Parts: sequence; C-alpha cells; structure tokens
Amino acid sequence: MLRIEQVRKSYGGTEVLKGIDLTVEPGQVVCLIGASGSGKSTLLRCINLLETVDDGTVWLTDGEGTEQDVTDPRVDVDAVRRRVGIVFQAYNLFPHLSVLDNLVLGPTKVAGVSKNAARARGRALLERVGLPDKASASPDSLSGGQQQRVALARALAMEPEVLLLDEITSALDPLLVGEVLDVVKGLRADGIAVVMATHEMSFAREASDVVAFLADGEIVEIGPPEQMFDAPQDPRTAAFLARFRP
Amino acid sequence: MVLGLLWLGIVSSPGWDRVRQTYFDADDFRAAWGPVTSAFWLNVRLFLVAEVFILVIALVVAVVRVVPTPAMAPLRLLATIYTDVFRGTPTLLVVLLVGFGVPALRLAGAPTSLFWLGVIALSLSYGAYVAEVVRAGILSVHPTQWASGRALGLTYGQTLRHVVLPQALRRQVPPLINDFVSLQKDTALLSVIGLVEALRQANIIGQRDFISTPLVVAAVVFIAATIVIARFADWLTLRSMRRQAGVV
Repeated sequence: MLRIEQVRKSYGGTEVLKGIDLTVEPGQVVCLIGASGSGKSTLLRCINLLETVDDGTVWLTDGEGTEQDVTDPRVDVDAVRRRVGIVFQAYNLFPHLSVLDNLVLGPTKVAGVSKNAARARGRALLERVGLPDKASASPDSLSGGQQQRVALARALAMEPEVLLLDEITSALDPLLVGEVLDVVKGLRADGIAVVMATHEMSFAREASDVVAFLADGEIVEIGPPEQMFDAPQDPRTAAFLARFRP
Repeated sequence: MVLGLLWLGIVSSPGWDRVRQTYFDADDFRAAWGPVTSAFWLNVRLFLVAEVFILVIALVVAVVRVVPTPAMAPLRLLATIYTDVFRGTPTLLVVLLVGFGVPALRLAGAPTSLFWLGVIALSLSYGAYVAEVVRAGILSVHPTQWASGRALGLTYGQTLRHVVLPQALRRQVPPLINDFVSLQKDTALLSVIGLVEALRQANIIGQRDFISTPLVVAAVVFIAATIVIARFADWLTLRSMRRQAGVV
C-alpha cells in the first residue's frame, strides 16, 4: 500500500506540489488527471525517489503490514525502487539489449534472480503483454505500442508492489493506445497498486477505482470515476472535464 | 582525372628520373621488403599491447571524470590534469621524455626495456585522447537511460556498466578506431628512442645504401595496416547498425 501525506516540492521559487495527500490500496488503479504542468509527473517522480520531496512523507507498506517512510534520507533508494516500478512516456527501453534481455537485466542484477529463472519469467511476461514472438527482437524494431508494452513488462519483471505510469500512452498513435491500456487493466488481478498520470479520460472512467484531478500542484477533487465524471463537485474539475466531452 | 593530371605532372617533371631511382626502384624495393616487414611485427606488437593499456586508462579516466559524487572530486581533478597535460604535449615529446627520462632516473623496478618504455609513452599520450572519446560517448547517452536504469533499482555503478557504457562504447567505435589508426602510425615515433621498428629499419637500409626506396616500403606497410583496421571498423559499424535495426 502507498500512502502520501502532505508532499511538497518546489523548483527554484515555484511550488509544483502544494501538499498532496493520496492513498492507494493493493489492486487499485488510481488515475491522476489534470492539465500538463499540474504536478502529475512530479508526484510520480517523488514516489519513485527520482526527485526528493521538500516536505511531507511517502509511506510504503509491505505484505506484513510494516510501514516504511521512503522519504527518509537514510533509506536505501535502490531498495525502494525495487518495490516501486515506473514506466515513462518515452518507453526508454535499453536499445543495446534484446527485448528479453531488457526484462532480464533488472531481476538478475538487482533482485539476484538466476538468469534462467529471469528468462522464463521474461518470456511469460512477454506472453502476457501479447508479444511472445519478440523476445530476441531489438527494441528499435518494434512499434511504439509494442515498445511501451515491453516497458510495462520490464517494470513488472521486478515484481513491484507499486507501479507508477507516467503518461504512458501520450506518445502513441491513437490506434496503439488500446493495446497498452489493455495490459494496465490486467494488472488489477496481481494486487499491484497502480498510480497512473493520464490524459485518457475514457480509460480513467472505465478502468480506475479512484480519479484525482490535479491543478496547480494540488488535488482539487478526488473520488470514484462515476462521481468525478458525472457529478464533479468542484467547478474547476467540471471545467477541465468539459474540454474532453465531444 | 585530377589524379591522372597530377601523375602526369610528377612523371614529366625534370627531376623524375632521379626521384624514381632513389624512391621507386623495383630491386631495392624487393630487397628492403623482407627486413622492413619483419621489423613491422614490432610495430604490430607495440600497437596491440599499447592499445590494451590505452583502453583501460581511457575507461578509468573517463568514468572518473563523469561520476558526480563529491567523494570522487580529488580523483576527478587528477584525471582532468592528466588529460590536459598529455593531450597538450606532442606525442613525440612524451616518447622522448619517457624513453630517455625514466631510465635516467635509475629507479629500482622502473622498466628499462625499450619496448615497455615505448608502450608506456604511447599509452600515456593516447590514453588522454581516448579518454575524451569515451567521455563524450558516455555523455551522449540520453539522461532518460540513466533514469530508467536507476528506476529499475540498478545502482549508479550497475547502470553505468550495464546500460550506459555498452551504448557509449558502441556509439564511439568510429572515433575510437580513428585514434587507433593514428596510434598504429605513431608506433613509428618510437624509432627515436632506438627501437628498430619498420621505419627505423627502413632508415638503416636507406642510409647504408644511399637510397630512399625502403622508406616507401615502410609507407606501403603502414598503409596496408591502416586499410585493414579501417575495413574492420566499417564491418563493426555495419554490424551494430544492422543489429539495432532488426533482429539480433
């Protein structure tokens, strides 16, 4: 489980996160929506410790119920990242490795999994994201949608407790968005807590448990998708969502 | 066309007969071929041994200069001074200083063999050049590659080793080979400290018989070696392009 309390972050003089509170349960999909620059990506990068928070706490609870404050400066950053996976907008696959080796690198070097076990798991994950025949392909030979599915599989290979998805479909051809989102929908069953920054409103509406609308570094409104999309309480939420209505 | 005119110009020049006798005499060429080519094996050995040291020095220096941790600051300064000094000094000067300077120190354990002194001099000089090539390669790898390596839980060192360096080195193959072609030729500089390599051997024969054809023999041998390295580089580049584009 992931619990974020009063997280603040500034760049220079600009406060990008102004006290964010958010709780994500295992198996939940939480969608962060909001205009570009509202702080969605920064929040995700703070959870993954790619950025350090200025104030506030990020709690991570493991299966036994032990809570850990990952923003503690003494924390083992690499150990936290083992538990919190992230997928970026630009896929960022390793171009010098084959697709399967992209999935094998993390588990073998970080988690100490044997090469054979990591390969077997990698193949199973490729099967799951619908790319069983691409194991030995080079990432650059794949389409954007395929690369992003490999990136998802690479993050899943680390068996994370929390998975952060940073606008993973924003760089994709509209036709390819669906194949990536289908993989995300399937994650529910694994009990992974998913936090996803997205502009895909229809996905947020049908596939998430909680939708949070961010504006200017604050969560303006948060709630189940039916409430957010059909009966938004805050006029700013209504105004933002109105732009997505046909 | 241009080459043809140039050729015509040279051949019709008043001194051509004389030049042909001293530089391009077929019998002298055949006579010098054996000794010069066998001396060239020394160049090859120098080149191969120095290349190993150069790559190690370059990799270490480049990595030290790239790693941002404050603990590395003194080493970083040292590495920067090293590259500045040895890139700024003509290779010939380094060869002379190491070749004559080190034995003059009479240090216990310091190498006295000309071969190793030559290797040291070339490694010091080229290490600085190649370190810059490697460093440029590391810096050319996009920061998102660092981020995704770190995001997977790889440590800084693991990300460097498994994600960044392989990409950096692959990308730098053409400039690296370029430096090695140049190194291959600069093994001839070691003739000044008395190593009888191809150029020195050619000079010895030339001065004995008052001819210059042996120098041309040496040139031919160096050109041949360069072509071999250049074609090898082309093959490597093509192969890695093909790999990235399609199936491994």
